[in-house]
Amino acid sequence: MCTMIATQITVAGTGKAGNGWFELREANVSYDHPFEAPFDHALNIDFVNESLGPGARVAVELDVASARRLVACINAVLAQADQRGVLGE
Amino acid sequence: MQYATNQYEGMLAETTLIPGHHGDLIGAYVARPMGPGPFPAIVVIHHMPGWDEWYREVTRKFAHHGYIAISPNLYHRAGHGIPEDVAAMVRAQGGVPDDQVVGDVAGMLRFVRALPQCTGKVAVFGTCSGARHAFLAAARVPGFAALINCWGGRVTMEPSELTVNQPVAPVDYAKDLQCPVLGIFGELDSSPTPAQVALLEQALKKQGIAHEFHMYADAGHGFFYYDRPAYRQSQTMDGWKKIWAFLAQHVTG
Repeated sequence: MCTMIATQITVAGTGKAGNGWFELREANVSYDHPFEAPFDHALNIDFVNESLGPGARVAVELDVASARRLVACINAVLAQADQRGVLGE
Repeated sequence: MQYATNQYEGMLAETTLIPGHHGDLIGAYVARPMGPGPFPAIVVIHHMPGWDEWYREVTRKFAHHGYIAISPNLYHRAGHGIPEDVAAMVRAQGGVPDDQVVGDVAGMLRFVRALPQCTGKVAVFGTCSGARHAFLAAARVPGFAALINCWGGRVTMEPSELTVNQPVAPVDYAKDLQCPVLGIFGELDSSPTPAQVALLEQALKKQGIAHEFHMYADAGHGFFYYDRPAYRQSQTMDGWKKIWAFLAQHVTG
């Protein structure tokens, strides 16, 4: 690993990979070398279920600007839902 | 190595299991020239993206050039699947522990030195995090004849970068190195930066360790990887020439 900047959170939800939908239990967020994106480093998010093995993984690799837009977008959508009283927590 | 067109050439390449740290059996890809030898050897340590196709190819490349080459799967304990899924799991776990890596590489050294067709002279090669691991192994496992560090990141580390799995900066073990070091770096790399490479070179000089460092212009991290945009053809070809010359000088003879 070249930066070792990685954090794991627990999540509840589902993700879709090559073999269809599966239950998500963790999300791993890192800033390190991507596997596919053409950057030296990327903001990587792996939605996984570790109990199902390494293949239970939905991966995204984003450049920094995209990652920041995604964070802002998620917060904006959640705020809008909250404002309309439809946020189920 | 230049082959004559009428020369016999053969290679055996296969995956197997070899005892590593604490005697754990871990996967290893072994490629060796056919024949009684004796052949020098090299331990080939994979990079952060895992025990992948590029590392299979490089292991065979070393065998093609006359070395018994062994590439251990340092992520064996994380489970099995396609290499990048396994590597992603290891990335989330904060990387593999340095002590475990050193134990795994020591196991590869023991294995290869016991082969009847091995000269007993063994180099260690790595790229990216694999170069960091190669540095650690060369310093902490007695017996390596040469170290090849290709753009190893975090060989020098700030105290804030130390973790439970990586508790000591590899450069702090420089005093224990007992073999010459070849360094291949790109001046556009951000890990290691040219300044970090200079710090490493300073540490080797201080300890009187023979080394040759090559810093390539217009090259960044991983410029040997033909499957990445960072690939630089002429720098890569020159880098391989440096590797063959270094091995011929310190390991083949």
